[in-house]
Amino acid sequence: MHLAVFGGIYNNYLALQAAIDDAHRAGADALYCLGDMGAFGPYPDRVFAPLRDHSVICIQGNYDNSIGNDLQDCQCGYTDPRDNYFAKLSYDYTYANTSAANRRWLRDLPSEHRVEVDGLRILMCHGSPRQTNEFLWESTTSTQFLDKLANDYEADLILATHTGIHWQRELTGGRQFVNVGVLGRPENDGRTVVWYAQIRTGGDAVAGGIDIQFVPLEYDHLRLAEEMRDERLPEEFVATIETGWWTTCLEVLPSKERRRGRF
Amino acid sequence: MSITDIPAVELQALDELWFQVSGTLCNLQCTHCFISCSPHNDSFGYLSLDEVQRRLDESVAFGVKEYYFTGGEPFLNKELIPMLKASLAYGPATVLTNATVLKPEWLSELRAAEEGTVYSLEFRVSIDGPTAEINDPIRGERTFERAMQGVRLLVEHGFLPIITMTRTWEEADDPEILSRFRDVLHQLGYSRPRLKILPRLKIGAEAQRTHGYDAEDVVTPEMLTDYDVGQLICAHSRVITDRGVCVCPILLDSPAAQLGKTLAESTSPFPLFHGACYTCYQYGAICTNPSSHLVEQQRAADSENRIE
Repeated sequence: MHLAVFGGIYNNYLALQAAIDDAHRAGADALYCLGDMGAFGPYPDRVFAPLRDHSVICIQGNYDNSIGNDLQDCQCGYTDPRDNYFAKLSYDYTYANTSAANRRWLRDLPSEHRVEVDGLRILMCHGSPRQTNEFLWESTTSTQFLDKLANDYEADLILATHTGIHWQRELTGGRQFVNVGVLGRPENDGRTVVWYAQIRTGGDAVAGGIDIQFVPLEYDHLRLAEEMRDERLPEEFVATIETGWWTTCLEVLPSKERRRGRF
Repeated sequence: MSITDIPAVELQALDELWFQVSGTLCNLQCTHCFISCSPHNDSFGYLSLDEVQRRLDESVAFGVKEYYFTGGEPFLNKELIPMLKASLAYGPATVLTNATVLKPEWLSELRAAEEGTVYSLEFRVSIDGPTAEINDPIRGERTFERAMQGVRLLVEHGFLPIITMTRTWEEADDPEILSRFRDVLHQLGYSRPRLKILPRLKIGAEAQRTHGYDAEDVVTPEMLTDYDVGQLICAHSRVITDRGVCVCPILLDSPAAQLGKTLAESTSPFPLFHGACYTCYQYGAICTNPSSHLVEQQRAADSENRIE
């Protein structure tokens, strides 16, 4: 089995379309999205048609839970006032520009999705299996913690997103935890590509286990930047798309991840 | 309120294991210290490297996510460097320090150790305001200058310390204090300062400096209705001391907070009997790093919705 798994889209419908095309070209059997369709980018309503037209199986992120249930904020878990200021700007914009029908669709998404393929129990969630908006950063998540999650939630492969940076960890018994990254914005490394994961199991995997391939995806980021300016979104957000460096939401980064960035 | 009315908090998961590595021993004697640390207060003593190693092994079965090292001043413990290096083999580590006794050779060794793992080694530096005028009356003469030298040393070694301040000003002044501190740290050469403000805990030395808790400063069962209990450190942490396992780093001096000798003996629900529990309830997540805050997802039915 060959799965393509997308993380947060953050209104980046151009990257979403590029990812769907790329996954199809690579021969993926099924497409998944782990939630957070909105935030950050322009024209929130444009992500829904590609998701539906290509039968992408979606789960609900904290952003989708908020937009879908008409909540006051995105439940992003920021602590810094500056981060919350920018989070509110993009939340208010996304809420105002998401149709009632699409909000209902977001509201009704499940918070997790389980599939069993080639004898492997795969659990897809947004932040962590125990909490939608939990940040599981590579540098602040111990292996025994992930092992316990895999035990408690009876999974051989846990797939998550939410932090915005992809990573993976091998667990005991050949199990795996994978943060698939996000399509919404680049990874704070000075590159403008965004990331998703292709996962092969059974006969599609080289060693018959679980093959994880992180895919750096080029898309028309300059067009996205232009459209963000057209929509008067903050120049700080546009700079991230154009340069690959995060300019906001930095307070929640652990030191190792923060150090790799410019700001 | 009778004892039966005191709500108890379940240990949801042992996410953070704390080590009281220098007990209540500190080179400073801050006038607001909630466990009255000083050069002479040995009511809690040093942990040994063997003890820390044993506890790290014990912690694996509980799925501990992160380790925190505190005191007193952790760097007074001569085995702290090997302790931190040992812990980085198990998970991320954070050390809470006053940054006045740091040595360059220690930081070089720790930086190399951090580079050798996937885990972050975080430093939380206590400085109680952006000026010596605010900080020194609390932490001691010249401590602002010495701690800022420590911050500079940390930054020179590639660390990104989180500066924590205990609020001895009006809460409304927080934005100004944060802004001033950012400027001061920029001038020092720290280009991306990380800051966290902590509430005062009115116990230990602080109860003498100002005043302790009032009888009405208690958490009632009603107050926990629709409250995210995950904000309370006792829901996801325990502390290793030289006397055994304590519920949290704040209530060390309270006999009822000593839970057992092993982690397995120390998982029972904890009653929020103390005034300090009220502060923890009010502010939430006062002990964890910003990257580890866990904020409960709102339930649509309970939350305030937008008006369409």
